[in-house]
Amino acid sequence: MHNSIQAQNGIKSVPGKRRLTDIRPKYRLFFMAVPFLALVFLFSYLPLYGWMYAFYNFRPGIPLAQTDFVGLQWFKSIFSNPTQTGEVLRVMRNTVAMSSLNIAASVLPVIFAIFLSEMRSARFKKSVQILTTLPNFISWVLVYSFAFMLFSVDNGLVNQILMNLGFIDRGINFLASDSHTWLRMASWDLWKGLGWGAILYMAAIAGIDQELYEAARVDGAGRFRSIWHITVPGIMPTYFVLLLLTIANFINNGIEQYFVFQNAINKSNIEVLDLYVYNTGLIGSNFSFATAVSMLKSVISVALLFFANSLSKIVRGESII
Amino acid sequence: MLKKQSAGDAVFHTVNYFVFAVIALLCIFPFYYLFINTISNNDLSSRGFITFFPKEIHFSNYAQVLHIPGFGQAGLVSLGRTVIGTAFAVCGAAFLGFLFTKQEMWGRKFWYRYIIVTMYFNAGIIPWYITMRNLHLTNNFLAYILPAIVSPFFVILVKTFVESLPAALQESAQIDGAGYWVIFTRIVFPLITPIVATIAIFSAVGQWNSFTDTLFLMTDQKLYTLQFVLYKYMNEASSLAAIVRNSSGGQGLDLANLQTPTSIRTTVSMIVVLPILLIYPYFQRFFVKGIMIGAVKG
Repeated sequence: MHNSIQAQNGIKSVPGKRRLTDIRPKYRLFFMAVPFLALVFLFSYLPLYGWMYAFYNFRPGIPLAQTDFVGLQWFKSIFSNPTQTGEVLRVMRNTVAMSSLNIAASVLPVIFAIFLSEMRSARFKKSVQILTTLPNFISWVLVYSFAFMLFSVDNGLVNQILMNLGFIDRGINFLASDSHTWLRMASWDLWKGLGWGAILYMAAIAGIDQELYEAARVDGAGRFRSIWHITVPGIMPTYFVLLLLTIANFINNGIEQYFVFQNAINKSNIEVLDLYVYNTGLIGSNFSFATAVSMLKSVISVALLFFANSLSKIVRGESII
Repeated sequence: MLKKQSAGDAVFHTVNYFVFAVIALLCIFPFYYLFINTISNNDLSSRGFITFFPKEIHFSNYAQVLHIPGFGQAGLVSLGRTVIGTAFAVCGAAFLGFLFTKQEMWGRKFWYRYIIVTMYFNAGIIPWYITMRNLHLTNNFLAYILPAIVSPFFVILVKTFVESLPAALQESAQIDGAGYWVIFTRIVFPLITPIVATIAIFSAVGQWNSFTDTLFLMTDQKLYTLQFVLYKYMNEASSLAAIVRNSSGGQGLDLANLQTPTSIRTTVSMIVVLPILLIYPYFQRFFVKGIMIGAVKG
C-alpha cells in the first residue's frame, strides 16, 4: 500500500538523496514493529513497576499512595521472622526437589528415543510416537480429572483392581495423601511429557549418518556398542541445549500442575514458589510479602539464565538467548 | 538386512516391543477409560464397576450435562478465545518474525533480545496481576487475546523459517518496487504456511487448555472457560448432579442414566478433551517439523 509507494519513491530517488533511502527503511521497519514491542512492554516489562509493592505495606483496596513505605522490611522478614523463614525454606525445598526430579527424569526421553529408533517397524515406531505424544496436548486440569478417575478412593480403577485381586480390603486414598508427593508430581510430569520430549531426540537420531553404523558393524560392534559410541554422542548436543534451558528455568516450575493437585493434606509438600506466591498474595491478600518473595525468585532466575548462557558459550561457543 | 537374526537380537526386539506397547497403552488408556465411563450405566460407573469395557451403553449424559448452568457459556468463551486468540497470535508472530529477518531494521538485535528475554524472565504473578488490573483487563475478554499476540517462541519459529527461504525471492520483489508490507503479504506469507500451520496448532491448543489466566483474572462467571469450569465441577460434582437431576425433571430416567458426581465429572472431562482428540490426528504431522525448526535456535 503506501509503504510500497514509499519504497518505489526510494528506489527512483536521485543519487544525491541516497542517504534518505538508506535511513528511512530502517525506521520504517522499526515503526512497523512498534505496536508489538508495545504489547511486550505492557505485559512483560510494565509489571516490573509492581515490584514497588514489595517496599510498601500494601493492602488490597487502599491506594498505594496512602500506604506506608516500609523499605526492606518484607525482605528482612524473610530472613529474620522464623515463621516466614521456615515457610520460604519449605517452599524452596519443594521447588528445588521437583525441579531436580525433572532434571533427573530428562534422560528418560533420551533413552526412550534411542530404544524406539532401534525398532525396525516404521509403522510401530510411528504409532508409539503418536500415542505417547497425545498426553502433552491436554491440560493439567484434565490430568487431574484422570487422576481422580483412576485413583479416587471409592470408585477409582486402581483401588477396584487392587481390591478385586485381594491386595487390600479398603480403598487407599491416593489423592488426599501426602506420601511421595514430589515423586507423584514428577510421575505425572513424565506421563505427560515423555513422548513429546523424545520427538527432538528421534529427529536428532534420524539425522545421524547411517554409514557410521555400517562401519561400526563391519568393525564388529554390537548393537549396544553402536548406541554408546554413535547414537549417544550424536544426540548429546541436543540434550545439552535442552538441559541448559531446563537449568535456566530451574525455579520457574509453573503453577498449574501444583495448583490443581493441591489439597489441605499435601499442601506443605506441593507448594512450589509460584504457588506459594499465589496462595499468600492473591488468596491470603498479603500482597507486599508475596511480591518480595517473587522478586527474589526473579533475581535468582536471571542469575540462573546468565549461568546457563555462559555455560553454553563456554561449551558450545553459542549463546542460548 | 538379510543377515540372520541372532538370539540376542530376537530377545532385544521382543523386550523392546513389549516395553513400548506398555508405555503406549499407559498413555492412551486414561482416555479410553474416561470415554467408557461416560457411556456406561451411571449407577455402575459411580460405584466403580466399569473397568475395561463399557456396560449398558447410553449417550444421554452428553445431553444432560448441557443443563449445568453456565456450561454452554463457558464453551462459547473457550471457543471464542481459541479462534480469535489464534488468529491474532498467528498474524502477530508471522509479521514480527518477518520484520526481524530484516537486517536493516533499527536496533534489530536489541529488540529481538528484548522479546526473547521474556521467555525466561517475568516480574512475577502479583506484579503481573496488579498490572492487568490497572489496565482494566481483569474480568475482560481481551485479557485472553492481547497477551497472546506476541509469543517469543512463535517469533523465533517464523524468523528461523523465513531466514531459510531463498533471499532472491524477496530481493527480486524489492527491485520491482514492492514495500515491506507487499513483500510480506504477497511473497513471504504464502511461503511460510507450514510454519504458520504449526503455530496455529500450538496456539489453539494453548488457548483451549489455558487455565491460570482465568484463575488469576476472572471473577465474572460469564468469562469462565471450559477448563476452569471443569476444575470447579471436579469439586462441586455432587451438587451439580442434583441440579441436573431436577432440571431434567426425571422424565423416564432411571438409575442407569440419572446424573451422579462421577458421570458429571467424566462427561464434562470428555467434552473438554474431545476437540483435542478430534484434531490431533491431523496436526500431529505438523509439530515434529515445528519443534525441529524451533530447536535450531532454542
